[in-house]
Amino acid sequence: MTDLLIGTLTQGLVYALISFGVYITYSILDFPDLGVDGTFPLGAAVTAVLLTKGVDPWLTLPIAMLVGGLAGLFTGFIHVRLKVRNLLAGIITMTALFSINLQIAGSNLTVDRGTDTIFTSAPVMALMGDANNMTRKLVVSLVLILVVKLVLDLYLRTKSGLLLRAVGDNAGLVTSLAKDKGRVKILGLVIANALVALGGCVVCHEQRSFSATMGTGQLVYGLAAVIIGISLMNYYSASPLARGLRKHRGLGWLASPAGTTAVILGSILYKLCIQLALSMGLPANMMKLITALLFLLVLVLSGRKGEEIIHA
Amino acid sequence: MLELRNITKVYNPGTVTEQTLFRDFSLSVEEGQFVSIVGSNGSGKTSLLNIICGSIPVEAGEVLMDGKNINKLKEYQRYAAMGRVYQNPAAGTCPGLTMLENLSLADNKGKTFGLSRGVNRQRRDFYRQQLQSLGLGLEDKLDVKMGALSGGQRQAVALLMATMTPLKFLILDEHTAALDPKTAEIIMELTDKVVREKKLTAMMVTHNLRYAVEYGDRLIMMNQGQVVLDKAGAEKAATSIDDILEVFNQISIECGN
Repeated sequence: MTDLLIGTLTQGLVYALISFGVYITYSILDFPDLGVDGTFPLGAAVTAVLLTKGVDPWLTLPIAMLVGGLAGLFTGFIHVRLKVRNLLAGIITMTALFSINLQIAGSNLTVDRGTDTIFTSAPVMALMGDANNMTRKLVVSLVLILVVKLVLDLYLRTKSGLLLRAVGDNAGLVTSLAKDKGRVKILGLVIANALVALGGCVVCHEQRSFSATMGTGQLVYGLAAVIIGISLMNYYSASPLARGLRKHRGLGWLASPAGTTAVILGSILYKLCIQLALSMGLPANMMKLITALLFLLVLVLSGRKGEEIIHA
Repeated sequence: MLELRNITKVYNPGTVTEQTLFRDFSLSVEEGQFVSIVGSNGSGKTSLLNIICGSIPVEAGEVLMDGKNINKLKEYQRYAAMGRVYQNPAAGTCPGLTMLENLSLADNKGKTFGLSRGVNRQRRDFYRQQLQSLGLGLEDKLDVKMGALSGGQRQAVALLMATMTPLKFLILDEHTAALDPKTAEIIMELTDKVVREKKLTAMMVTHNLRYAVEYGDRLIMMNQGQVVLDKAGAEKAATSIDDILEVFNQISIECGN
């Protein structure tokens, strides 16, 4: 039972990387990027090949991000410069990447037990050699997610990050600031897809495998995590507890958590829900069905929650 | 100086709904001039502003800024020396960002948006002082999301943001039309103040004939893509609302409105 919980928690953390990407496109840029379903396995494919070639496991992280960023650049170029609608631009990237992923790593690629992943790499073993495999995965994932979260939080508070938030909120304002809104959107897509590919990379380390179909439903997963997280955060921010905290000088920051924190929690909760459904006896083949139905449930519920907050 | 030379603008070219708005249209606005533009719906007022800003393409003719042809410049590039306030108060600010974040963005116009801190704490006092000068009690709302403010408050901040950094031209597109009479008055006075203080070249489209008469030093009336009345300086100062209303009515009768 504890093992199952630790496993689910680890999965929730690792998959939060995808949700970070979706958070940037869906929540900040207001761009439903379907390319995620292709970029996620792309990150995994590149990682699987690099690992089997004996590349340092930590080096696969920046490489996967770079490749994912290029995919984002492609989507952004199609949308901004060739003026293709955002949904279609993502679908084109997703479809094209399916073949590219097959070219990179075939339909399946397993990383054998003898190859080191980030979870069994020398620095990690030196620090936590005594801990069991599950615990080590949890700790490494947690540290990794927190680092990415902090960097992302810092970035969103820079001038460049502020402009990124502005372009999703009111693109016309970016134009009146004498900035090319198209370029800002492309930058956002590059960052988002780099994060999604990083998610694919870490999942590949965790599972020691790549499969061409592993991308299916990842956007839905990411969206669900973002919507759960943000809805709960809105609910919490309007609650008496948060209002009370806001009055205290030192505790005010606890009252309005960052979007990224909400997304991590959303991701963990969603994984828990799916795991719960599976452990109640639903076959693993039904996982995507559960993912989709849970997402529907989240959409409907969060919609109502939103209205309540507006009326309050 | 802003200049339009022999502009031709056709809407829906090559279709049954093809409509020529401007044919060989020319207009020049002197440096430091504050021009009010009036005219009925569809007379070409907003199209004129959109052509200057590069929001819509033209079929022929030249747009010149300080004597330089800017036809090839994209809309965002033209805003380097230009500010614009729209009719919709929501258009000039980001509703999801706080007022402080909005002002910080505007404050950084013309500089790089790099990896330095987005909000400069040291500028807080400067923003407060700027907001105080609006006289709307906004100085204590720096950390409030822009979307939570009223239309008039947002429009005042939009005006402040559009004119925060050094600029030469100000484009006002019916910017008081969506506001209640009292707020519209406040915004109009603020506009006049900032245009004078910064010695801007301003073009204001308005449906309010009183504003057109009271503010600015040149008045233009447009009809069907042509200037039908153009008064500047002392001649403009001597013009009353009744005078322009008379021309306005005459045109309306001719057009069958």
